[in-house]
Amino acid sequence: MIGQIGRRLMATIPVMGVVAIAVFALLRITPGDPAVIIAGDYATSDDIARIRAKLGLNEPFVTQVGIWLGRIVRGDLGTSIFSGLPVSTLIRQRTEATIGLTLFAMLISVGVGVPLGVLAAWKKASLVDRLVMLFAVSGFSMPVFWLGFLLVYVFAISMHWLPVQGYRPLADGVWPFLRHLILPAVTLSVVYMALIARMTRASMLGVLSEDFIRTAFAKGLAPRRVLIHHALKNASLPVVTIIGIGFALLIGGAVVTESVFALPGLGRLTVDAIIRRDYPVIQGVILVVSGVYVLINLVVDVLYVVLDPRIRY
Amino acid sequence: MADLSRRHFIAGAAAVAATASVGLPAVHAQKRGGTMRFVPHADLKVLDPIWTTAYITRNHCYLIYDTLFGTDQNLQIKPQMVDKWSSANKGMKWSFTLRDGLKWHDGQPVVAEDAVESIKRWSKRDPLGKLLAAHTARIAAQDKKTFTLELAQPFGLVLEALGKPSSNVPFVMPARIAATPDSEQIKETIGSGPFRFVKDEWQPGNQVVYVRNPDYVPRNDAPSGSTGGKKVNLDRVVWKYIPDPATAAAALEAGEVDWYEQPSIDIAVRLEGNKDIMVAIQDPRGTQGWIRPNHLQPPFNNKKARQALLYMVDQEKYLQAALGQPKYYRTCPAVFTCGGPFETGAGAVKQDVNKAKQLLKDSGYDGKPVVVLDPTDIPLTHGAALVSRELMTQVGFNVDLQAMDWSTVVARRAKKDPPAQGGWNVLFTWWIASDVINPAVHAGISGAGSSAWFGWPENGRIEELKIQWARATDKAAQKQIAEEIQKVALDEVMYVPFGQWVSPTAFRKSMQGFLQFPAPVFWSVSIA
Amino acid sequence: MALSPPVAADFALPAPAARAGALDTARRALLRHPTLIAGALTLVVILVAGVLAPLWWTGDPLEMKPAVRLRPPSAERWFGSDNFGRDIYTRTLYGSRISLTVGAAVSTLSLVLGTTLGLVVGFYRRLDMIAMRVMDGLMAIPAILLALALMALMKASVQNVIIALLIPEIPRVVRLTRASVLSLREHLMVEGARALGARTPRILARYVLPGLVAPLIVQGTYIAASAILFEAYLSFLGAGTPPHIPSWGNIMAEGRAYVQLAFWIILFPGIFLAATVLAINLVGDGLRDLLNVR
Repeated sequence: MIGQIGRRLMATIPVMGVVAIAVFALLRITPGDPAVIIAGDYATSDDIARIRAKLGLNEPFVTQVGIWLGRIVRGDLGTSIFSGLPVSTLIRQRTEATIGLTLFAMLISVGVGVPLGVLAAWKKASLVDRLVMLFAVSGFSMPVFWLGFLLVYVFAISMHWLPVQGYRPLADGVWPFLRHLILPAVTLSVVYMALIARMTRASMLGVLSEDFIRTAFAKGLAPRRVLIHHALKNASLPVVTIIGIGFALLIGGAVVTESVFALPGLGRLTVDAIIRRDYPVIQGVILVVSGVYVLINLVVDVLYVVLDPRIRY
Repeated sequence: MADLSRRHFIAGAAAVAATASVGLPAVHAQKRGGTMRFVPHADLKVLDPIWTTAYITRNHCYLIYDTLFGTDQNLQIKPQMVDKWSSANKGMKWSFTLRDGLKWHDGQPVVAEDAVESIKRWSKRDPLGKLLAAHTARIAAQDKKTFTLELAQPFGLVLEALGKPSSNVPFVMPARIAATPDSEQIKETIGSGPFRFVKDEWQPGNQVVYVRNPDYVPRNDAPSGSTGGKKVNLDRVVWKYIPDPATAAAALEAGEVDWYEQPSIDIAVRLEGNKDIMVAIQDPRGTQGWIRPNHLQPPFNNKKARQALLYMVDQEKYLQAALGQPKYYRTCPAVFTCGGPFETGAGAVKQDVNKAKQLLKDSGYDGKPVVVLDPTDIPLTHGAALVSRELMTQVGFNVDLQAMDWSTVVARRAKKDPPAQGGWNVLFTWWIASDVINPAVHAGISGAGSSAWFGWPENGRIEELKIQWARATDKAAQKQIAEEIQKVALDEVMYVPFGQWVSPTAFRKSMQGFLQFPAPVFWSVSIA
Repeated sequence: MALSPPVAADFALPAPAARAGALDTARRALLRHPTLIAGALTLVVILVAGVLAPLWWTGDPLEMKPAVRLRPPSAERWFGSDNFGRDIYTRTLYGSRISLTVGAAVSTLSLVLGTTLGLVVGFYRRLDMIAMRVMDGLMAIPAILLALALMALMKASVQNVIIALLIPEIPRVVRLTRASVLSLREHLMVEGARALGARTPRILARYVLPGLVAPLIVQGTYIAASAILFEAYLSFLGAGTPPHIPSWGNIMAEGRAYVQLAFWIILFPGIFLAATVLAINLVGDGLRDLLNVR
């Protein structure tokens, strides 16, 4: 099994390589020029040319890629063109907010989505089932920011229960940290929750139709025990997979959510960087985020193996 | 107190006198201490004061740097870091002595050499600074506290230059930092201002943090504009960048922030009704909107085509679309702003769409697409762009409206290439009154061609007139030359003004000591 | 929450359909999927509203009337007006054209391109290795960031939005197709056909494609739904369709500053957007059940 994990790990390297080069290439083709923005309002063409040279933008593409990859391997993600701060510092400043938001959202999604899915599977084809599924589908049909504005309007502006915007780092205390993340996390979780509910229901339906379940009932076991101990455990595998796939969805939603709630997260950092063509930041963040995504999928794959001894690669 | 009636716009001294009392509540004993949470109008990106004319950088610098002279509410130049000064020889030789007690944030004392180097660096980039440098024979420090300036030719704007209130401001920094070539940005942020910049807590795109400078020694006079005693009543200032305007307004209402620099006008009107919030005018002199054609590329390299633009504009229509609330704007044909000392109607035209159509035909316009840059993230310029598209199409232009954000406009406007290769034909912008109030500071009427501000108009006559103006010694002569300059500027269509307005600012009533000035001022204010 | 034990009916097989005419079978199948019908009907309504927009008492979507800016919904302006005085009802209806076009185009193009690539890759082993690494790489980048980055490269236009949205979708379609090809490749039928001298394209067309049609259609509906949502996100972040072209995302992006002042600017396009995406998702689900796709 260790061998399998090791092999999977090795397989991620070329993937990350592709990501790295794709991101790099993407940005270098761009017509927008950071040198012009940096050069300021009074720059002449000479100034701009000099800045381009200093940023190494005139080197042949392959050389630029080489230099960049070399630095990455040493852990140096470069320096932001605009603020002059190291990319790793910028990422570090913003990671806590995004991780907090994402984990909180995932917690809510799983905590609400799984029970909903189980309920729907249990009451298959009944009104309850239809309603739950309708709710789930509506969840990921709504634009995230629309829902966000709605929630802010109701809970923050009208009822003053929660803050309108902003972020408190964990260092300021657990409750302030959570309080500022409740609305954004709920907004973000709705999409994810829907997916999890659907997946859980589908998976549960598959399991519930199996013979061993009928046997368990025949043995006289309490329904709740059957449902949770036998059915759910076996149905959990695809749900675990969805957590991995869903991560990419969450990041996408986080980008928009951070914008609505003014959270200092990686999503906003990337959007700002993309608009300004701050190459090092864009490259660094996409690389890091993709890396985390690949890692999560790896963990999911491993969990898969661990949870289901029937599967072997 | 949140009453902003039309009277605030009537041109002339009345406006200035009236608005001087708005937003200045009786100063009862102000409490000291606390953290001010401020929402700036943009994200701070550049820290070097001469690197960009962006107002956000200027605002940042006002916190951490000090200036030799300042401009007060009545546009009078008064000394700030300078204690005594004198001019001899009919204004050809000037001598300045610095105040006592001025120290850099690293503890070193401020010396005359620092002032000299700072002026030199500033004058390499700023238009007024360049003008000063062109007339200067020598500037040097005499001893630790005194420096002298000797002119080569008469120049009537020495103090105006040193006390220039807005972009670019001649902030003073340590000589070793000012020695950084103007082709590079400064790397350190040491100043002698009333606040210090906490670089470790700077999160670009999110927040900027300043703390009170305990070593700062304010002057004894009352604060006014960028002059007077800069007494600090706050411990910390935190700039929280909230890009979403509705969120920022809601945050202000909920008490999560104390001061929202530039709410949109619609939001400001709504905030006026909130009993906990005061809406005031940041700078009663106002802001001027520009439609700027690109003089280097067809069709606007042809004067008749440019004049078509001039004749198509109905300022009322632009202002309605760009701003929406009539009580905040007014039409104004004056290049040097209405309410300013050089206001004039010379050379101004009324809208005449038929004439515009004729002019366009006469210019031989070939129907090729005209690229109009539309920064959609700024409602002001977005509104102007949409109206322009409508009017230009009416007149007969083939309009290619290109949407982008402001940062992209900033990048793109520097390109002199043909529009099809990344250039542009028409862009929109705005300048605060202080930046366009006289021929010396006005970047838009430079006829220096490719080294002028983006748009690059070329006109020798106007350059001559500007020098004449700078050398004129009496007000009457200045006014007359300014009128002449406006006539040339409008005839040449260096830009088309699309109106004048004032921007509201909003803060919680717990904040006292608000001062009117083009930049938000953090001395004098306190959080109860 | 009391849990009732399962009843035999839950595990029963569906009753075999009577062998009445095809129409009857279809009707009965559809009646078992009310959500599919509801979704399809909603889509038709929105499609008609958009395509025939000028007929539904609309005005000019671009016309600015600053004199009546920020008016709430009323008899003259059913959905109110925005900060330039433009009629939200008209813009919303015209907006459906853009959103539906984007959805349909992204969906169709990604299916066509993805299937072609997937078929090729599935059949030619050597291409497989490289191509799949590239696909994995692309899938590792969160779709919205990729789309944003692509939009940053290009001028804002509906075309470019379509391109930016379809590129992140292609890898998934490729995977789907490839999986199908891989499993069918070893199938006896194919081997037999090859033995008989049939050429690859023929094999692909006759044996592989038919099995793919159903899952691809279902996937296509999900892609369309996702594309419509993403167009709104891109516009919201300022990198979507050009502002003077009304799309739901655009209208909401411009209305962002007016959430408290004129919430109708965001409300109505949002409802239309949610309804459309919901409808498409329901159709997708329904089709999946109907066509028995796993």
